[in-house]
Amino acid sequence: MLRATLIWAALGVALLAPITAAAFSPLLQWREGIYIASGFAGILGMALLLLQPLLAAGDLPGLSPTRSRRIHRITGALLVLAVVGHVAGLWITSPPDVIDVLLFRSPTPFAIWGVIAMWAVFAAALIAALRKRLPLRPTSWRRLHAALVVTVAGGTVAHALLIQGTMEPFTKYALSICVGLAALRIAFIGGMIPRLPFGNASQRTHR
Amino acid sequence: MTTSLPRRTVLATGSAALLTTGLTLPARAQGIAPTPTMRGGANNYRPGAPIMDRIGGGGFLMTGTVLRAGDGAPIPNARIQMWAHTTEGHERDERSHGATLTDAQGRFQMDMPQIVPAFGQPHGHLAYDADYDDNGFETVFLRPIMASASDTTLDVQFVLVPA
Repeated sequence: MLRATLIWAALGVALLAPITAAAFSPLLQWREGIYIASGFAGILGMALLLLQPLLAAGDLPGLSPTRSRRIHRITGALLVLAVVGHVAGLWITSPPDVIDVLLFRSPTPFAIWGVIAMWAVFAAALIAALRKRLPLRPTSWRRLHAALVVTVAGGTVAHALLIQGTMEPFTKYALSICVGLAALRIAFIGGMIPRLPFGNASQRTHR
Repeated sequence: MTTSLPRRTVLATGSAALLTTGLTLPARAQGIAPTPTMRGGANNYRPGAPIMDRIGGGGFLMTGTVLRAGDGAPIPNARIQMWAHTTEGHERDERSHGATLTDAQGRFQMDMPQIVPAFGQPHGHLAYDADYDDNGFETVFLRPIMASASDTTLDVQFVLVPA
């Protein structure tokens, strides 16, 4: 019980600290509402990247695997909405800058990482929505979804680290590490990594 | 064996070596190379901002030089427009834009509000727009990035090509 409380409390802090710290950014006083909102949509989206693998793996205490998976789908939809809100808000704030980014001709390197993460998250959500209709074995589907979301995590962390924005540096680095570790966690979900035909003597079959 | 040269030294000597090779000789033969328009330089440009002494309340100093490509002669009376996301407004806002003319030495300066990071970088925008200048050079848009968001000055150089 104590362990469960601690895990949920730690998760709450990890998710809320970057958002709270960004709310104190001095940059906010010189930005309009829509620009501020699009920044926070981005931070929220990044925070959800920490939650998603834990829900998919069923790591969070007190949640049955079915319930965990259902929340994973809702959070995934929320993540897509956050990304859409982030990009749409930035578009309203400065259309030419966002057009440059989407056409891969932006002068800012971090923008490229953001666009890569955006398309990867859309693709991951799309194959999730079409899961039952896709001609993929469950393991293949799972590996494809994982490859996409690892791209999302990596792209998002690079995007955030290279930006001078409203995120407070310490909480930005901390969240980046958390998102990275959560992405690494995906590899240990059952059946994710193909079993190699060498190196593990205990699983070798002897004639 | 390992040598421990600082990266900056390696880059500096490397680029210095590159500069003295035949690769850049054609450019040197022509003298000072023209400044190309930077990516995103023209974003949120509002053509024809009025010439003014100061944009808004000021506090940040944008300075620069405008030279002619080739011989590097200064270009007097060149109209340079600048805009940025500042403490007083977004790039798109009319109040964030202003223009000035270069002096006899091809130098210009503008007192403008403090530039703050926007779209991930603290940066300014400058334009030499042929449509608003009689000196007859080709249009160039710049998007310089400040080394630090706390800088209160930014110096840029335009090297223009006759149209």
